[in-house]
Amino acid sequence: MASNLNHRVRRYSLKGLHFFGLFTAMMVLCVPGLWIVLNSFRPTVEIMAKPPVWIPNELNLDHYRAMFSGIGEGGVPVLTYFANSLVISVTSTVIALLIGMAGGYAFARYKFNFKGGMFVGLMVTRAVPGVALSLPLFILFARVGIIDTHFGLILAYVALNVPFTIWLIDGFFRQVPPELAEAAEIDGCTRWQAFWRVEFPVARAGIASAGIFAFLTSWNEYALASQLTRSTTSKTMPVGLLDFTSEFTLNWGGMCALAVLMIIPALILTFLVQKHLIAGLTFGGVKG
Amino acid sequence: MAQVHLRDVVKKYGPLEVVHSINLDIADGEFVVLVGPSGCGKSTTLRMVAGLEGISGGEVHIGNRVVNDLPPRERNISMVFQNYALYPHMTVRENLGFSLKIAKQSQADIDKAVDVAAEILSLTPLLDRKPGALSGGQRQRVAMGRAIVRHPEVFLFDEPLSNLDAKLRTQMRVEIKKLHQKLKSTIIYVTHDQVEAMTLADRIVIMRDGHIEQVGTPLDVFENPVNTFVGTFIGSPPMNLLDGVVKGFELEFAGGTRLPVPPGYATQDGQAVTFGVRADNIMPVGHALPRGEHMAEVEMAVDLTEPLGTETLLFATLAGTEVQAKMLNPRPVQSGERMTFQIMLDKCHLFDAETGATLRT
Repeated sequence: MASNLNHRVRRYSLKGLHFFGLFTAMMVLCVPGLWIVLNSFRPTVEIMAKPPVWIPNELNLDHYRAMFSGIGEGGVPVLTYFANSLVISVTSTVIALLIGMAGGYAFARYKFNFKGGMFVGLMVTRAVPGVALSLPLFILFARVGIIDTHFGLILAYVALNVPFTIWLIDGFFRQVPPELAEAAEIDGCTRWQAFWRVEFPVARAGIASAGIFAFLTSWNEYALASQLTRSTTSKTMPVGLLDFTSEFTLNWGGMCALAVLMIIPALILTFLVQKHLIAGLTFGGVKG
Repeated sequence: MAQVHLRDVVKKYGPLEVVHSINLDIADGEFVVLVGPSGCGKSTTLRMVAGLEGISGGEVHIGNRVVNDLPPRERNISMVFQNYALYPHMTVRENLGFSLKIAKQSQADIDKAVDVAAEILSLTPLLDRKPGALSGGQRQRVAMGRAIVRHPEVFLFDEPLSNLDAKLRTQMRVEIKKLHQKLKSTIIYVTHDQVEAMTLADRIVIMRDGHIEQVGTPLDVFENPVNTFVGTFIGSPPMNLLDGVVKGFELEFAGGTRLPVPPGYATQDGQAVTFGVRADNIMPVGHALPRGEHMAEVEMAVDLTEPLGTETLLFATLAGTEVQAKMLNPRPVQSGERMTFQIMLDKCHLFDAETGATLRT
């Protein structure tokens, strides 16, 4: 009996420790984000208070009101930035996904010369830090005349995302047994139909997650965008955050409100695609 | 329904030739099993018939057409894969109806065909499940159902039972045979399991290293193997092989053991031969089948026994080689016990020691 009890005590205490550890880790991860959300609803006095006010005394929408009412009246053109971000991120994600699907499929299914070298080469491009690219890209883009355009930024983001989408999607297509496409071909599909009707739906989870990663990379990117954009025609939201700084003041509240505006679409997207992210979709089609 | 002909079919991967100019005629409605050890080219041959592998040389005919350059979908075949290859994102019903949907048949026709196939394979209660929620045997039946809905000319099976446990395999074997009797369709079936080959086939094709070694009915290849490879590959336990030399009307083995030359074989004095005898034809006196016409007796010490219930396998040493013998109505045997064994010479085989080819006249 005693050993039984011992075991039970140990199990519960381990469970408690586990929970506590997880809670601490999640708190460390979440507090900055929550702090931003909280600050966007608090008066500036409270944000700047020292020592910090943990429990807010007053919550209001002043920062949001100020942000949106400033549009067209010399304030920060939030909606234009939002539209820029959306156009650039969505377009670059779609292109990166299309290239990623074609490339990932080729790497997963076909044999060709220099395959290994090409794959490593693609991955090595990811090893270069984005900031290191900003100056060469700036010079290049300025020469070509695509500084401060949607096109320029889309091009940069596609280049940034393609190696990653290829790598991810290759991994997912590798998990789809080639027999599925063969069975589809025997069932009457062309090679193209076999891909779209069988392999694509089965690898959907992987493609969706590659899409999310690509989208978030473009959506949140700052270092390149701050160099390659100049005006409201192409500035994205992360760059737009800087508009809240002026020579002597920092509008923390406004910045937080814009940051929240940035977080919302990313959250919505993650929720929408979450169902596709559940792994193990291929389980059962072939022997597990 | 259709016949299938392979004419000098060759498969090369770059400079490496894996299937060497094979010829095979399969009659309409025939159940042919390609069997051989792994890497013998049997699956490659099947995949060439299916159109999943290109054909490097020769011709494949299905019905009256040469199908070499036709894609799989135009060959009017269906295939059951070793790992089933069910579409995991579709229900059983959608899996079964997929080919008809691709062929743009009306929903009513699809439903009817699916229901008929589901009825044949007792899949009706599972129609709305996804493959992930099925057991191995059920998945296998769905894969077969998917093959039968479209009434193809030829069915291809690529080791369909290898992933099932022993009991289920026996059960599905019977179902496949029943299915063939019901549909009377042409079937090409690939397996490495000689028991499956023996039990299912109208004709067995035994392959090795990209060559066809022998084609024949199960009994024919069992009783008249053309070489030592077929002799040892077909039948369980494998045929015992002993190297010896012809001395007049007798064979002399290492250590001086002598046996008469089995009837029906042409030999020359001094010829090096391989003597083949199955465990069923070498049995201890008193535990054997009734005496045949030509018998010989040898005494051996039993090294090991494997009791199987109705019979016991005895491992003994004859002329320095381990041989397996069978004991009917078994009694317990001690290791090291010396027993006298009867050899039924009518059922024994002689092969050329060098080429392994049979010496039967």
